[in-house]
Amino acid sequence: MARETRAIQDDDTTNPGMLWVLDGEALWNKKAGTTDRACAACHGDARTSMKGVAARYPAFDTARGRPVNLEQRINLCRTQRQKAAALAFESRELLALTAYVARQSRGLPINIAIDARTRPFLDAGRETFHRRQGQLNLACSQCHDDNWGKRLAGSVIPQAHPTGYPLYRLEWQGLGSFERRLRNCLIGIRAEPYAYGAPEFVDLELYLMWRANGMKIETPAVRP
Amino acid sequence: MARAIVNVPSQAKRGEIIEIKTLAAHPMETGFRRTQLGELIPRDIIRRFVCTYNGAEVFRVDLHPAMAANPLIAFTTVATESGTIAFQWAGDNGYAVTESASIRVE
Repeated sequence: MARETRAIQDDDTTNPGMLWVLDGEALWNKKAGTTDRACAACHGDARTSMKGVAARYPAFDTARGRPVNLEQRINLCRTQRQKAAALAFESRELLALTAYVARQSRGLPINIAIDARTRPFLDAGRETFHRRQGQLNLACSQCHDDNWGKRLAGSVIPQAHPTGYPLYRLEWQGLGSFERRLRNCLIGIRAEPYAYGAPEFVDLELYLMWRANGMKIETPAVRP
Repeated sequence: MARAIVNVPSQAKRGEIIEIKTLAAHPMETGFRRTQLGELIPRDIIRRFVCTYNGAEVFRVDLHPAMAANPLIAFTTVATESGTIAFQWAGDNGYAVTESASIRVE
């Protein structure tokens, strides 16, 4: 990550991701659904109630019996508690709310706790990360474990630590989720990308977040 | 959602050069792109940005297609007196946003 990009990210008045965070703050306080309650009605001030939450996700959901990521958690809350329609993946509203919630954890270390319930999903994510796929027959690990630090076209290959999602990618000219980034990677190796919210994606996200344990959350990050 | 973020130092010394940073949420659609069906996506850009300092214009930009989305405009001016610095963005499809900040000059 270039010095200039980091400078844009670290200043809240130049970080374009903050435009989504401010939208998310408005949505947090806006009533929704048939119960006519806002997120703030239950959770109160997000600055305290949502602090550190993003650092724990994906987290196990007992009702579903599997880990869910932050976007899915927000939609579960909407459909079950607010009785509102689920927000579409990659919609501006869902990205804004996710960014606002995750922003409250900025600077806190990622802390994914693995127990007997989540271990099978962590193993599934690890398996996906190391499995060759697509027409180019590449595994995630071949770039991000074996060749990180080298260049793919003009860009440095990172170690795949998802510390800043949802993040503003200059190439996208907008905010995007972690799954959008994963779909990019899969298309890049000529593989069929999974659908948004697919269990394979959440398992992979769980594995990558677990690998990044201890690293600080940067949401909303800015990347080239 | 039309939203803008401005950053003006809250106080400055008289005669000091201050940096002002503004960020406006806008897709800046160029008007040259097409959909997958070949239909032209109509142009939707910010055309003009104006900054006034106590009513006097100190900075103005005409924007054109091929500017990045969510344009970040940073510029400098001289802090002459306490007062209000106002910002206006205007563009296609009736886009108009105003924002202001106050500054104390000693």
